[in-house]
Formats: sequence, C-alpha cells, structure tokens
Amino acid sequence: MSNGNENNRGYFSADRVTVIEPTAGWRLPDVGELWAYRELLWVLGLRDIKIRYKQTVLGIGWALIQPIMTMIIFSIIFGRLAQIPSEGFPYPIFVYAGLLPWMFFANSVNASSVSIVGSSQLVSKVYFPRLIIPMSSIGAGLVDFAVASTVLLMMMWYYGISWSVNLMFAPVLTLGVMFAAVGVGTWLSAVTVAYRDFRYVIPFLVQIWMFVSPVIYPPSIVSDNWRWVLFLNPLTGLIDGFRAAFLGKPIDFVSMATALAVSLIIFLFGLIYFGKVERRFADII
Amino acid sequence: MIKVESLGKQYVVGGEARRTTSFRELLSGLLLSPLRRWRQLRGIDRTQERFWALQDVTFSVEEKEVVGIIGRNGAGKSTLLKVLSRITSPTTGRVTLRGRVSSLLEVGTGFHPELSGRENIFLNGAILGMTRNEIQGRFDEIVEFAEVERFIDTPIKRYSSGMFVRLAFSVAAHLETDILLVDEVLAVGDAVFQQRCLGKMQDVARGGRTVLYVSHNMGSVATLCDRAILLHAGRVTYDGVAEEAIRRYMAESHAKNGELKQHSFRGQLARAIRFHNIQVNGKSLSDDLVFHPRDNIVIRFEGSALQRFQHINLSVAIFQSGVRILTLQDAEEGTALQPGSFRSEVSIPPLLLRPGVYSIWLGAHRKGDGQWVWGEDLVQFIVLEEWGDNYEERNKGLVNIAGVGSRHGAEDDYRA
Repeated sequence: MSNGNENNRGYFSADRVTVIEPTAGWRLPDVGELWAYRELLWVLGLRDIKIRYKQTVLGIGWALIQPIMTMIIFSIIFGRLAQIPSEGFPYPIFVYAGLLPWMFFANSVNASSVSIVGSSQLVSKVYFPRLIIPMSSIGAGLVDFAVASTVLLMMMWYYGISWSVNLMFAPVLTLGVMFAAVGVGTWLSAVTVAYRDFRYVIPFLVQIWMFVSPVIYPPSIVSDNWRWVLFLNPLTGLIDGFRAAFLGKPIDFVSMATALAVSLIIFLFGLIYFGKVERRFADII
Repeated sequence: MIKVESLGKQYVVGGEARRTTSFRELLSGLLLSPLRRWRQLRGIDRTQERFWALQDVTFSVEEKEVVGIIGRNGAGKSTLLKVLSRITSPTTGRVTLRGRVSSLLEVGTGFHPELSGRENIFLNGAILGMTRNEIQGRFDEIVEFAEVERFIDTPIKRYSSGMFVRLAFSVAAHLETDILLVDEVLAVGDAVFQQRCLGKMQDVARGGRTVLYVSHNMGSVATLCDRAILLHAGRVTYDGVAEEAIRRYMAESHAKNGELKQHSFRGQLARAIRFHNIQVNGKSLSDDLVFHPRDNIVIRFEGSALQRFQHINLSVAIFQSGVRILTLQDAEEGTALQPGSFRSEVSIPPLLLRPGVYSIWLGAHRKGDGQWVWGEDLVQFIVLEEWGDNYEERNKGLVNIAGVGSRHGAEDDYRA
C-alpha cells in the first residue's frame, strides 16, 4: 500500500489523497506517516505504562526489585563464588552498570516481539502504521530503565564513585540500546506473526544473548585474538560504554562507535523487514 | 470521494493459516523438503488453492454520498471494507480516496479493561485517528451520549456490557472525518440504544460526509442510504437505487424452491402438524419480499395434519429484532382442524407496520394441554420507508389508541 501525499498541508487534511495498490518487495517505512501518527505512539506507550503499574501490586517497586535482586544474586554467584574479575570495581556496581542497559534491552525485545500478536484485535480491525505497535511497546521498559537508573546513582554514592564527564555519553548509549532493541523487537514481532511458536524461542535466545554479552564479565576476559567477535554484538560496546559512562573508566571510542553503527543497522534492518511483511499481518494473524 | 478500479483480493483457501504457522513445522519442513518449503515461503507454491474474495470490483462514490454495501455472508463486503480501510492490501486494482478516512469495523477497538472510561475514550479516539484536541473538544458530548457520566473515572472492567457498548459506539459516532467506512456497528446494545445509534448514524449521513455502510439490516440500509451496491461472490451484481438493491438481495437470500424445511419446526406437535409452504402477498420464499407501508400484507400458508384436532389455534407471529410485534390467528380461538391438508391465511392492514425488517414465525398450539409446534424466523420481509410527508401516516405507532383519555383546555374553563 502506498500513500501519495499530493500536498503538504498535513497528513490528516481534507485534500489528502490516499492511493491503495498492491505492493510487493522491500521498501522503507513511510516516515511522514509515522510522524503523523506520533500521538498514537505516545498514547499506546502511555497505556502500557499505566497498565503495568495498575496491574502489579508492587507498582513502581517492581522496576526496582527485579534488577536489584538480580544484582544481588549475580554478585554472590559470579562475584563471590566464581571470582569473575570486574575491572577493579566492586562487583555489585560493576554488574549493576551492565544489568541496567541489558535489562532494558531484554525487556524491550521481549515486549515488542509479542506485541503484534498481542494486538491482533487492533491489527485486524483498524489501520495505522503497524510499526507503532512494537515501537510503543518499549515505553514501559523505558520507564523501568529510568527508575532503575536511580539505584545506580545511589550505588555510585555508596561506593564513592564520583560523576565524570563520561556521563554525558549515557543518553547516546541509551539511544543505541533503544535502536538495537526496536530493530530486534520489530523483526521478531513480524516473525512471531508468521510462526506463532517462535515466541517460546525468544526468551531462550535472549538468555543466550546475555551470556555472550559482557554483563557478568568484562570484555577483557576474552583473549585479545577473539575479542573482536565479542564486539560484533552491539550490546558489548553499549554495555562497556555504560560502565565507562557511569563508573568513569576510559571510554573505548572505537567499540562505542561500532556498537552505535551496528545498532543503527539492526534498527534499519528490523524496520525494512517489518515493512515487507506487515501488509500480510491482517490476513494471517 | 472514493474511486475503486477493478479491485481484487485473493486468499489462500482455508485462510493463510494453511501456510506453515509454526516454527517447529518450518524447521522440520526445511529438513524434509527444502525446495517445496522454500517455494511456499516465497509464495510461489502453485499447489495451494486460492480463491478471490473480491474480483474486478469497480465503482465510485461522490462526495457526501451515503452508499450501502449489501450481500450475503461471504459476498466480500467485509473484505471490501478492509481493503478500503487499508487493513489488508489488495491483490489487484487500485483505490483512490480523497479526504481523511476513518473506518469503523468494530466498536471499542483497543478498549482496555484496566483503564477508566476517560482513558479509554482518549485511547480509542487515538486509535481511530482522532487528535487529542479533537477528542478533548468532543469529550463531553461523547460522555453524554454514552450516559456514563458517573462512571467516567471507573475502570471499564466494572462496566456493564451495556455501558461498554454505549461508550464504544459513542466515541466512534463522534469521529470527524470526510469518509466514514462502517461495518454493522449498529448491532450493539439494547433495542432503545440501537434506535439512538441509528438516529446518530442518520445525523452523520446527513452531515455531509461520504459514508460506505455495510449491513445485513436492510431496514437500516433503506433508511440511511439512497444508493446501494450488491455484492455476490466477490463481484458487484448491482449498483444503484437502494430499494432495488434490497429487492435483489432479498430475492437471492431466500431458499430457491420456496418450500419450508421441516427441521425449522420444533415442539411436541411437530410431527402431527406440518407446514409446507408460506406466501406473503402471493410471493413465495424465493421472491423478494419488499412492501410499502400502504400495502395490505396477506400471509398465506399451507400444511397438513396427521390427525384430527378438536381445538387448535394456528398462529402467525411477526417479530422485529427479537420483539414479538404481532400475533395473528387465522380463525376463532380453538377451531377444529381435520386430518389432511389445510390452507389458511392472515392479513395485516396497511399502515400498521412501521418501516423495517420483520420476521415471520408460524405455529400451532392445542387448547387444553398446551402442546405446540413453532417454526422460528421462517421468512423475512421488509416494509420500506415511503411515508412521504403525510403526517397522518408518519404518526402511526405500533399500537394506536384514540379516545381513551380526556382533554381539558381553555374552553372547558369558560364553561365552568
């Protein structure tokens, strides 16, 4: 389906001409259309956040308990028992600084990968750019991420780690995680529509992904000859970047830039793949 | 303005669901027959059966026209609306729409039970394509029409089903777009609310908007639309005056031979008394049963009795939307019926039935032990809305009673 916008007086104007034709093949998402529906993106994201905090008894506490408990368990098992090195930082803050971006990524991927199937009612009854669905589903994860970040700041104070200029890279790195998550999430959401049981494979894949990313260990644990393999995974550079930003260790600009570039590529790939299959959603959902 | 040019939509038989739908199947299929699987994935597998839900559909709708889309189940009405509202993409052809389009294939799309009525209005409005300002501007109207003022901040999971549909319809009814695509949304709520919905739809239709209206309810199509398009097996079979389209629809939707089917009848007497045939104004089931309010409606029926009945009533009941409007008996209470075939008729005087769709039930019950036989929804007929401006006629209700009260006015006071 293609949309011809004969004039620029706004997407929703009365002179707007919409042309519906069969389409096939690869295409880029219609950015103008997405922009026109930005309010819906906001409303759906807000819905998810409201529901999330209305349904759980713990409310906002859930966003804190999950990463804190994980941090404590990992500190005991991997820090204390397994004696995994932590680049000279106390293991709890080292692992928490890695868990923060990782959990945001993992939660976003999990949420968006089932978002289309979960919204089958919307998809089969009303039109709007389908991309809005997986995109809006990361909203709740973003709030959790913001809440969990405060804990990291408190831990920095507790361990006497002062803020450094590196912290100004945190927003860019967050954006990088978002791009990677939306890219992977939209791709998986489209795959899940076609193959329903793929949703059961996703948590497993995400689990494996965590262990190949330096969440519980530093990248330096891998021998120099093989470290480049680790950096093919954008999460490696992003997590490493997060640690540099918050804990003040020197930033590895090459790996950070690579990670951001790979994230962007994943993002574009996810969107383009989604665009190719989305027109069949209503028929197969 | 809507322009549809040789539009076609093809589905794989059994829905696309017939394709590989599980990842497990995909994996095992890849191992077993990679080539076939690859072809299927690329959509070039010729072994799949396909059918056209829409084929060569061409029509155009001018601005401010209100057009009904009618046809039997599976004729392609809903597919057409889905293509026009861009939910699914066409296989062939082209559609051009000028103006802002909104489609109402369902009321309450995206409503979430955990959220309050207020939150759901904004959510649903945004999903239907309204901007926040538009919703804000019409918020009070929406709430008032839905009659949920007191519960507007209550999560809608606590709403009654009636409140739910009222709110859902109300949001939809306040959409302000140039082109409105509507699918059967009037079939919500109780009879009173349905009437209000129909009234609201009439306002919408008169409000200078282009409306495509899909419905099975011929009464509402006749009321709302001047023009209707009849679809049959995915093709346009008639496009023109609504009344004529409805006639053709009625003709095609009734049984071919006009015989009543015995399994339509239930009750203890279903074997003892059988109804074979029914005719309305000389037209059998296979004809179109469309009448004018001024027509005298004569319902004639034939049947046979296996035994003699001392006292039995043969009745024709007229239903509308589940409400029994009339019960007519062919003879005095408890007239006898002889074994063998019988023929009987009842008649409804002109201007008694208001415009709408009516359904005929036919049955008998024996006086004394109360045993019975009934056949439900045997035939439907339509009374068209052709009252003209004659208020004498328009002012008729289902029940009219004159001279049962007393009037007091100025004249009486003078006399006193």
